[in-house]
Amino acid sequence: MDLNELNGIAADQQASRKPCVIRCCTAAGCQSAGSAAVLKALQQAVAEAGKQDAVEVRSVGCLRLCCQGPLVQLDPDQRMFQKVRPEQASSLVAALDGGTTDAEPCDPAAPFFALQANVVLVNSGRIDPEQIEHYIAADGYQALAKALTEMTPQDVVEAVTRSGLRGRGGAGYPTGVKWSLVARSQGERKYVVCNADEGDPGAFMNRSVLESDPHSVLEGMAIAGYAVGASQGYIYIRGEYPLATQRLQTAIRQAGRLRLLGTHILNTAFDFRIDIRIGAGAFVCGEETALMASIMGERGTPRPRPPYPAESGLWGYPTLINNVETFANIPQIIRRGADWFASLGTPKSTGTKVFSLTGKVRNTGLVEVPLGTPLRVLVEDIGGGSPSGYIKAVQTGGPSGGCVPAHLLDTAVDYESLAAVGSIMGSGGLIVMDDENNMVDVARFFMGFCMDESCGKCIPCRAGTVQLHRLLTRILDRKATRRDLVLLEQLCGMVRETSLCGLGQTAPNPVLSTLRYFRHEYEALLRGERRHGGPHPDDQ
Amino acid sequence: MAVRTLTINDKLVSSPEGATILQAARENGIDIPTLCQLDGLSTVGACRLCLVEVGPAGRLQAACVTQVAEEMVVRTETPKLREYRRMIIELLLTERNHVCSVCVANHHCELQDLAVKLGVDHVRFEYLHPHLPVDVSHELFGIDHNRCILCTRCVRICDEIEGVHTWDVSGRGTNARIISDLNQPWGDSPTCTSCGKCVQACPTGAVFRQGSTVAEMEKDRQRLRFLLTAREKREWLV
Ligand SMILES: Cc1cc2nc3c(=O)[nH]c(=O)nc-3n(C[C@H](O)[C@H](O)[C@H](O)COP(=O)(O)O)c2cc1C
Ligand code: SF4
Ligand code: SF4
Ligand code: SF4
Ligand code: FES
Ligand code: FES
Repeated sequence: MDLNELNGIAADQQASRKPCVIRCCTAAGCQSAGSAAVLKALQQAVAEAGKQDAVEVRSVGCLRLCCQGPLVQLDPDQRMFQKVRPEQASSLVAALDGGTTDAEPCDPAAPFFALQANVVLVNSGRIDPEQIEHYIAADGYQALAKALTEMTPQDVVEAVTRSGLRGRGGAGYPTGVKWSLVARSQGERKYVVCNADEGDPGAFMNRSVLESDPHSVLEGMAIAGYAVGASQGYIYIRGEYPLATQRLQTAIRQAGRLRLLGTHILNTAFDFRIDIRIGAGAFVCGEETALMASIMGERGTPRPRPPYPAESGLWGYPTLINNVETFANIPQIIRRGADWFASLGTPKSTGTKVFSLTGKVRNTGLVEVPLGTPLRVLVEDIGGGSPSGYIKAVQTGGPSGGCVPAHLLDTAVDYESLAAVGSIMGSGGLIVMDDENNMVDVARFFMGFCMDESCGKCIPCRAGTVQLHRLLTRILDRKATRRDLVLLEQLCGMVRETSLCGLGQTAPNPVLSTLRYFRHEYEALLRGERRHGGPHPDDQ
Repeated sequence: MAVRTLTINDKLVSSPEGATILQAARENGIDIPTLCQLDGLSTVGACRLCLVEVGPAGRLQAACVTQVAEEMVVRTETPKLREYRRMIIELLLTERNHVCSVCVANHHCELQDLAVKLGVDHVRFEYLHPHLPVDVSHELFGIDHNRCILCTRCVRICDEIEGVHTWDVSGRGTNARIISDLNQPWGDSPTCTSCGKCVQACPTGAVFRQGSTVAEMEKDRQRLRFLLTAREKREWLV
């Protein structure tokens, strides 16, 4: 395979494109609503109408408004339909020629779609994730070809640095800096690891990317391998993601067959293999040192850093670890240029971010926006506000994050602004809360999660989260005294400062942020008032 | 060997490159509390008792795993560290059933010693009172999970010194447990050589020699030192 053949595949694919395409989402969200049957019914309906030559029924990745699945979109007119049932298939096929359909329409010009960006998710909902030709026809693997034939590894690292891309796995560490550290590390072997453990409750961004456009992640990893000098990659994916795993396996097989992975990639001297490692569903295995231990077949527990993976990672060799979404950004940075990427978002938080919007909000689903977008736009315009009409807070960053109260909804969603209001960007979970949510209960929920997911290695996290959970329960049961509240705050500080890894260090964050903005709810419980949510006093 | 000069508690000390803050402190007679660390075994940085404040911002770092650096400024005794260390001991005492008065290690227990030294005279947290088993199926030794603090010294000494790896950890969080082989009774272990090293390494009364009654279990750490010197330096000195 060389560049000409790659272009040939793209041209063939484009030439064979039928005039009409019916896109049916078969990502996990819609599959759970029965989209597999819809896809089959659509195929049957097209066959019955004798339109196989003119209409392609395509299984695509997430179309974003997951709460209304199964979603179907007609191309060329781009009309969308939601909650589609198999018996509506024939009328949908007829609708291609202007016929009527009783399928429930869904407005693709609505703010939910119109305000979104299309970078990481550019192919999501458009290509069939199980057909490498579709990805190639959408400029797929062009970035890898460009990197291998027109750029030196240093050029690639420099482009990633200039793009300003920051890690999407949570901490926002500059990706270019990490790549250059691994590139400069000495080692007879190096590894590239993709972190697809995604364990935050309510988060499904990475899963959607893998289910909708797996090749973008493979291409990003291969480019990384070239940049840092690695010839082996691993994708560490949680066992709860069977569909994503299966689509990745298909993608790896297809890429290998076309020599876009393996040896002598695109007729160059570059070799890169990717293997999948499946986790057993432990949140802590998303922490990079625990993840590496798990890949090596050991118990998945974190170890102190330094040494950082860039110096000494898998089997003691320099290892680059990035998140799924970080890798998915790479092909476009290389293909469209670092300056283009840097022009998106804010100067310090460039590019876009994918969020999974859930909770008390009308439109739940997958959302991509430029960084710097106000939280208000995300929850009120894109999310359509809460069904009860009142938004009390938005939880960002999962169990490591915090609750941003409604009066701070104009906070821009970027790494620094969220940190300034006591939360974090995290990996992209956004949970909207209304006045039914008692914030102490919310804090206890996340503490319970951390308690269950603590690996048990260090004492502050293992035993501290249990005691924090008990104290929160005591407060909720209205059995706590003022001294318990003091102890709660002291223990939060101690667990945060003394825990070995990020899990323990950030476990107190939901408590600290609710104490900061919703202390009155703690106080009310201390006074023995009945537990209820209620609005923030400033909002009344 | 390159030497690093650093300040510990306002005292200028020098230490070989690659040494840990803990080693540098001990060389200079500065005591830092530890529980999971044991000379001769790999370090895991798990108990967090050895945390010290490093640098102008006073970042907390585990002394047993942090290497010394030139011009490093370290404080090992501050009000905050004292408070955090006390809390760690309190968390341990409430996590399992540490009833010293009926423990084989009474007066010979590192946890108890630290509690006394750090002035833990009362406990602010709720006792969890878990129901945990005692395994006395081994003909010589026993393990009482009620006393275990999960420091993994037994795991490491059995793996790294005896070379057997009978012990490991199962479960996570507060449900983590030390297990022998594939979670079978210690007495059924096909790997244990009955060498007794884990008994010597355990800081509490969790692994004990059978037939020991209250306060009888004294640990012979010299024995471990002897083995290590023999192994590392090929010197069989008593
Ligand atoms: C408890 C814990 C869980 C984590 N889970 C994930 C995860 O699911 N996915 C992820 O990409 N990073 C996770 N991280 C962050 C990783 O350790 C690591 O920083 C990240 O994968 C680096 O990739 P990035 O630079 O592309 O963000 C987790 C960290 C901690 C402390
Ligand atoms: S902080 Fe929690 S998860 Fe991390 S090492 Fe300690 S016990 Fe394990
Ligand atoms: S007695 Fe020796 S071999 Fe047996 S478990 Fe203890 S250290 Fe391992
Ligand atoms: S049995 Fe003893 S040595 Fe082993 S982990 Fe428990 S306390 Fe530590
Ligand atoms: S899963 Fe179908 S729209 Fe998201
Ligand atoms: S002695 Fe350093 S963490 Fe236990």
